[in-house]
Amino acid sequence: MRRITAALIVLAALATWLGLMPSTPARAEEVGSKKFTESVILGEIARIALEDAGIEASHRRELGGSRILWDALRTGEIDVYPDYTGTLRFEILSDLRLPDDAALHDALAARGLAMTAPLGFSNGYALAMRRDTAQRLAIGKISDLAAHPDLDIAVGNEFVARADGWRALSKAYGLGSLDVRGIDHDLAYRALAAGQIDLTDAYTTDAEIEAFDLVVLEDDRTFFPRYDAVYVYRSGLPDTAVRALDSLSGSIDEARMRELNRMVRMEGMGETAAARLALGRDNAGADAAPGRWKRIWDRTLEHLALVAIALAGALLVAIPLGVFAARRRKVGGAVMSATGLLQTIPSLALFVILIPVLGIGAAPTIAALFLYSLLPIVRNTHAGLTGISPTLIDSADALGLSRAARLRRIELPLALPTIMAGIKTAAVIAVGLATLGAIIGAGGYGQPILTGIRLNDTGTILEGAIPAAAMALAFEMLFNLVQRRVTPRGLKQAEQGAKQ
Amino acid sequence: MFELDRLAVRYDGVEALAPTDLSIGEGETVVLLGPSGSGKSTLLRSLAGLTPAEGELRFEGKPVSEWRAVRSRLGYVIQDGGLFPHLTARGNVSLMARELGWEEARIAARIDELAALVALDGDQLDRFPGELSGGQRQRVALMRALMLDPKVLLLDEPLSALDPVTRVRLARELRGIFARLGKTVVIVTHSLGEARFFAQDGEASRAILMRDGRIVQQGAIGDLVANPADPFVAEFLAAEDAL
Repeated sequence: MRRITAALIVLAALATWLGLMPSTPARAEEVGSKKFTESVILGEIARIALEDAGIEASHRRELGGSRILWDALRTGEIDVYPDYTGTLRFEILSDLRLPDDAALHDALAARGLAMTAPLGFSNGYALAMRRDTAQRLAIGKISDLAAHPDLDIAVGNEFVARADGWRALSKAYGLGSLDVRGIDHDLAYRALAAGQIDLTDAYTTDAEIEAFDLVVLEDDRTFFPRYDAVYVYRSGLPDTAVRALDSLSGSIDEARMRELNRMVRMEGMGETAAARLALGRDNAGADAAPGRWKRIWDRTLEHLALVAIALAGALLVAIPLGVFAARRRKVGGAVMSATGLLQTIPSLALFVILIPVLGIGAAPTIAALFLYSLLPIVRNTHAGLTGISPTLIDSADALGLSRAARLRRIELPLALPTIMAGIKTAAVIAVGLATLGAIIGAGGYGQPILTGIRLNDTGTILEGAIPAAAMALAFEMLFNLVQRRVTPRGLKQAEQGAKQ
Repeated sequence: MFELDRLAVRYDGVEALAPTDLSIGEGETVVLLGPSGSGKSTLLRSLAGLTPAEGELRFEGKPVSEWRAVRSRLGYVIQDGGLFPHLTARGNVSLMARELGWEEARIAARIDELAALVALDGDQLDRFPGELSGGQRQRVALMRALMLDPKVLLLDEPLSALDPVTRVRLARELRGIFARLGKTVVIVTHSLGEARFFAQDGEASRAILMRDGRIVQQGAIGDLVANPADPFVAEFLAAEDAL
């Protein structure tokens, strides 16, 4: 028992230490960006422009989708991020049915927000096909699609769901007979190029349109609205910062943006370099990216902090909960069902649900990992305790041990191997799930995986995937070792076939 | 030592022990005898408060309000010892004394005393239950039961898991220990042979024959054999004798 307490204290101390490691620096203006390349480039452009104006700024890259960025801006966790007028009108503020961009300005102002004038390009939706498929089927306009119900269509997940997405398009063009499924936008081009799908949605500034020789179907009923790129920011932003952002208006046209996207996505240029290029700066003075090992080390600390804090918290809650569940069979059943139910919430959904409460970054990720870690530990604590032979419980009672002493001296030591197995399961699951935290800005090994998928760069994906797998294995081995250490010698012999 | 006043035990509505009146005197050796399912173990368990019971039970003349206080004055030994597998023999024996805050020296002295009584050596005491033979485990269980020098020893089929040779040897030793310590002993067995053996001393010992949760007959073991109260008693005693 003393060993368990000591182990808990060490784990909690480690978690605290790791949690304090990436300590928050003095408040700089925070730029956010979504998890696609163009948004990251625009985020970098804003950051550099702010710094050039003498304002300290940092950039939280690749924070998932529109809703996450919007919520982060509303809660003040970021101060500015690039978005598109169409997204703001038809997705974020779709309830208001805003007729034009002037109304959008007013709606933002009412929420303590503002936006710059358009940056000079529209990144609207379009539908794209391979040139050979389009020619073979004689499809040139979106209205031509109605005659081809057999097409294999896969569009970005966001496009399936949004109000101005596939459903509205399908209604406008009478495409009800066409089946459509959702796919990650970054994977869609590869699937299209490989002939696995026939049609997907595209953004008009996507570099792949030219790179893969795709045909953009004519929007012959002008269904798609304009998606002018703007910066959305909190009204409280200092004037110098607003001026710096406004100065970017009209500076990037569609061809320029497509070119920047192509250089990053196809030629491996960094987003910072592309941003400097867009601002007419040479790259001589660009900061060198940290070396690979340094990057991996930083990610390791971030990842470890997420997992360790969540796990330490789960231990403190789940073990008493498991003891309680084992003591009170009826209430115990409810506790087990509740933790089991938590497990069924899709992880991505849970991360996003937690944002309004906990903001973005490490906190909601840790909370989600904590919740997912509860079940294996509660279940195993319960199983370990209820699995003890009633004869031994009788023996303990007959000796005159109090309930607390029985728990401490008899039940927990006997259940310990089972409890440790539960902790091990929770740890391995948490290491894997923590990679999803990158979508909401928690960092860790998910960051390179996210970037790698975005840039179609296997090397970068592996930079996150391999250490994540290694960490899961390391946890597994560590806990096997601990499990062997904390299993009383008498129990090991019992396992080897002797009586009891 | 114990007075039972219409003490009864039900499991899920099934009567495991019918309302029973019984008095067990200090220093007496009582053998609870009967076929399996006759309620003899239930009766023993209710003497240690290990099973919820109706009716009244008085220990040393007073109704029991706090079982924990009573249990430290009872020593309890079950069939396969009920030793905790994660503790050494010594750990098992000293568990409750440690919990009560005894000093190490006192614990060690008491263990030496008991080890001599049950004929175990120090090396055996440092082993885990899984490393001991069945007979050794029962000796350890007896040591554990005697550690706090209880007034009463409760034994539930203490010999039935042992091989015949060990069983006979341990039975002899147990009887010697009972005689030497002069404690109140309640021992459960389904074996007439064991009952005869432990209830030999007519004056201070008694056999209680049970069936279907009821006491059928009690008295000196010789009387039971000579004057069975009903055909069941006669049949049970004869069957035991036949083998």
